[in-house]
Amino acid sequence: MKSDRQPIRWSFFIFFIPVFLWLFLLIVLPHLELLRMSFLGSRTSTFTLNNYKAFFTEPIYWLTFVRTAMYSILVTFIVLVISLPVAFYITKISSFKLQGLLMVLILVPFWVSELIRVYGWMILLRESGVLNSFLVGIGIFKEPVEMLYNDVTMVMGLVYTSMLFMVVPIIGVMGNLDDSLIEAAHDLGAKKIVIWKEIIIPYCMPGIMSGSIIVFMLVLGSYLTPKLMGGKNALWFTEQIYNQIIVYFNWNQGSAFGFLLLLLSSLIIWIALKLTRQEFSKVVK
Amino acid sequence: MQAALSLSVKNLTKMFGNFTAVDNLTFDVEDGKFFSILGPSGCGKTTLLRMIAGFYQPDNGSVMIQNKDMKGIPPDKRPVNLVFQQLALFPMMNVYENIAFGLKRRGERGPEVKKKVNIMLERVGLPEYGSKKVTQLSGGQKQRVAIARCLVLEPEVLLLDEPLGALDAKLREHMKVELKKLQVKVGTTFVYITHDQSEAMVMSDYVAVMNSGHFEQLDTPQTLYNSPASSFVTQFVGENNKFSVNLVKDESNVFFAETKEGFRYHLSDSFNLQDSESFDMFVRPEAMIINPSRPKPNFNIINADVKAILFDGGNSRLLVTPEKSEEELIVALPQNRQFDYIQAKDSIKIGWDPDAAVYFKQADERIYKDEI
Repeated sequence: MKSDRQPIRWSFFIFFIPVFLWLFLLIVLPHLELLRMSFLGSRTSTFTLNNYKAFFTEPIYWLTFVRTAMYSILVTFIVLVISLPVAFYITKISSFKLQGLLMVLILVPFWVSELIRVYGWMILLRESGVLNSFLVGIGIFKEPVEMLYNDVTMVMGLVYTSMLFMVVPIIGVMGNLDDSLIEAAHDLGAKKIVIWKEIIIPYCMPGIMSGSIIVFMLVLGSYLTPKLMGGKNALWFTEQIYNQIIVYFNWNQGSAFGFLLLLLSSLIIWIALKLTRQEFSKVVK
Repeated sequence: MQAALSLSVKNLTKMFGNFTAVDNLTFDVEDGKFFSILGPSGCGKTTLLRMIAGFYQPDNGSVMIQNKDMKGIPPDKRPVNLVFQQLALFPMMNVYENIAFGLKRRGERGPEVKKKVNIMLERVGLPEYGSKKVTQLSGGQKQRVAIARCLVLEPEVLLLDEPLGALDAKLREHMKVELKKLQVKVGTTFVYITHDQSEAMVMSDYVAVMNSGHFEQLDTPQTLYNSPASSFVTQFVGENNKFSVNLVKDESNVFFAETKEGFRYHLSDSFNLQDSESFDMFVRPEAMIINPSRPKPNFNIINADVKAILFDGGNSRLLVTPEKSEEELIVALPQNRQFDYIQAKDSIKIGWDPDAAVYFKQADERIYKDEI
């Protein structure tokens, strides 16, 4: 018996050790260090709660925090609303050949780096950009309008950059949805809205939740898009962290913010899972 | 007085490109009958059913349900319900919610729904199953829930698309009887499509045999089996031994069937293909009698070698080859111990009454494309 078990254990360790090292060295260890630093004073290096206190006493910090959370939820919701019909079209309506093409079309923008994609939007939308010269050219606008640097543009940019991460998991579950379920519901008297509400969305819930979690975390932690496309006087919370660590060189304050962001995303995901009665283990599958 | 018609189909046609799936069909189904449409895969029976349910629009013709024209009426508004081949129970709902789904869509609420669902669960033999998940049910139970989900809406016609196809053989035999009993109990008109002739025969009041978009014959199961109207029906319904023969006349102007080996067989009095040179003769395995003791004068008797004994309990058969021939014939082997002495490679005599045979002009069509 013992001689049987030995090789299985070794192979387990061979595969487990790289994963463990990766998780431990790159994620757990830095976080432990950040956690330690967040409780230290920036000058004194003694234990203090001042870094966390600063967050609650300075309105600019927690207002940015709430704003970031709200916009992340909004972006996730918009992405979901767009992705559901897109996924339905790809899995249920388009022909087999077209399906592959449409998937490639969704993937193509992600072959380009996020920075280039955002600059693409800027070329289109800025005051001297393509859209402005077109609209002025055909006479709709009298003079160019600045379309960048406001919240609407920022939300649009965030929606655009995170679409893929919602569409793919939803396609995964929707592809398994038997067409006859939709037909059976129709046969039993359900109209289109009811079929979506009672059959398609509940069936796709694991995919919807895993897509939502990915999109929400990506948006909440994104830096580039809000910074380049968002308004000058409205900050994203990641920029606050960046400012603390890079601009003010206050690692301790930055660490505290980082931890608050981690707590926030965990809390919101936990609430969302509870509200939709989904289990985390099923959603991440 | 004519019985009320649940379903009346007139000149119904459906084309897919150049392919005619359903070809100018006309038939009626009386109220409360169990009506089966029997045909090989690809004969258009599913297309026909989907047109009745409203999922396909016919290219021509009409579907009338309880004397109301269904033209342009979507599936959710038709007084028919369809039991799907894959059953299509909603996996995110429990048994109760599945059955209540249709009632809720009609706007029914409260204790009335609960009462109806519970009565229906009892009727299909699944009381106390309401709170079970669909995945907890066995194949036969899922079957009954799928039927209950439709019957609770009290449809004029219940359409069933090969619902027993996914079950294993033993359960299928059981469900055939269950389904028939249920239909008698509720009295709803059932339109059942299947490729399994035994399902159709056991359950139905009437069976329509369908082939490439049209009905070959619409009759009671007994008539279909005993007096098939075409070569296709003869071969598709039940087993049959086929003899390809030429028509010959002897000196006294009596017609005989002659095989290519030169054997001559008597024909029945009802033979009416006197003007054709060659034709097919069909004899059922159970019409073939082993070593007939006191045959009638015009009995056809051949010598044959037993190739194999196909033992299958009450449905046992012998595979025999007539002498000087390569043909294989199937002969029913009654399990009353009378023929226990027969062994493989024995030589026996096989006889049949010409009146038990049927005759059709040769048709080159095949029931299944992969048949040799």
